[in-house]
Amino acid sequence: MYAQLVDTGTKRLKTREEMSPEERDFQDKIDAETKIEAKNWMPDAYRKTLVRQISQHAHSEIVGMLPEGNWLTRAPTLKRKLQLMAKIQDEAGHGLYLYSAMETLGADRDEEVQKLHDGKAKYSSIFNYPTLNWADMGAVGWLVDGAAIVNQVVLQRTSYGPYSRAMVRICKEESFHQRQGFQILLDMMREGTQAQKDMVQDAINRLWWPALMMFGPHDDESPNSQQSMVWKIKRKSNDELRQMFIDQTIPQLEFLGCTAPDPDLKWNEETGHYDFGAIDWKEFYDVLKGDGPCNRERISTRRKAIDEGTWVREAAVAYAAKQKQRAAA
Amino acid sequence: MSEWRLYEVFVRSKHGLNHKHVGSVHAADNEMAMENARDLYTRRSEGVSIWVVPSDTITASASDEKEILFDPAEDKVYRHASFYKLPDEVGHM
Repeated sequence: MYAQLVDTGTKRLKTREEMSPEERDFQDKIDAETKIEAKNWMPDAYRKTLVRQISQHAHSEIVGMLPEGNWLTRAPTLKRKLQLMAKIQDEAGHGLYLYSAMETLGADRDEEVQKLHDGKAKYSSIFNYPTLNWADMGAVGWLVDGAAIVNQVVLQRTSYGPYSRAMVRICKEESFHQRQGFQILLDMMREGTQAQKDMVQDAINRLWWPALMMFGPHDDESPNSQQSMVWKIKRKSNDELRQMFIDQTIPQLEFLGCTAPDPDLKWNEETGHYDFGAIDWKEFYDVLKGDGPCNRERISTRRKAIDEGTWVREAAVAYAAKQKQRAAA
Repeated sequence: MSEWRLYEVFVRSKHGLNHKHVGSVHAADNEMAMENARDLYTRRSEGVSIWVVPSDTITASASDEKEILFDPAEDKVYRHASFYKLPDEVGHM
């Protein structure tokens, strides 16, 4: 998903002649689809790019718990509450799988989390939008997790072994998220009152464009993509993934009996894909820069969680030290 | 949680199978490592048994040792049953 605009630190691709023998061996391995593992030699920029991308991905999972946490105490039934808790717990788990993949590259989890809290690290723009009604829980599961799945399925083939294996685990768990979201919306559309049906359409209207932005800028505006593709960190371009998502989502949208807030959306017989309208990139960059509707709230919630949990972590360390002392005595 | 030790987690998915590496967790002590591993890696009954091992106690082979360690096995085809051709009349062995 969840990595948007990951800086690779390279201005242009190196030609084979410009590569050192190590770099050439490395690229040969990538080209032969051999996974790179933690102890293998890798170019510094590859390592840095991965740390940036995986940490950004992990932060997104962690911050992604917050819009849903908003509805935990307000879920309409016990069943829905249990499902939502399971989903949020999964997201915490996904964040941890990813942090642990990131640590194999020599990065420190505390330091990376600190960068998030200082506003120096990015996370997916989507989580800076508010969740205003119960249908948002459905729309987040269906659209946001749906967009994430499109991205993450491809990332299972990413060139770095620990990242790829984390993605395999995540994808296995993620499809439950999307289905439970769709089911929330379907129930509201089939059995709900008019007011509830309106909520569904309202949620889709608000989340549609932000969901499309999750795939990041257009390919020609995405200067880092080329290097990431050559390293096979990325396997498909932003625009390809966005189109895949739209093509698979529209039939589901129609099944719900809802519409997308895009007058230009229509099936193109010639290309075999849906055409869609222009994305408001100013909004995307504003949100990414920290000026979305909820950026400040999200970060302050994360900071508060870390700060208020300090004593728990300290107590755990003190307890462990005491147990060790006792065992030694 | 840099002050917390890193543990590697191994899960036995079914009775009769080997434990398999699944990832890592941070924890203040062994007991917490076990609890964290349970919460993180077996949310959908993925296992019947867990090992947690402090990462710094693992000795791993380095990637540049690959040839030294594994090449000698490459040219010993006679270690495989398929090297020994038997007449058809002998049947299954």
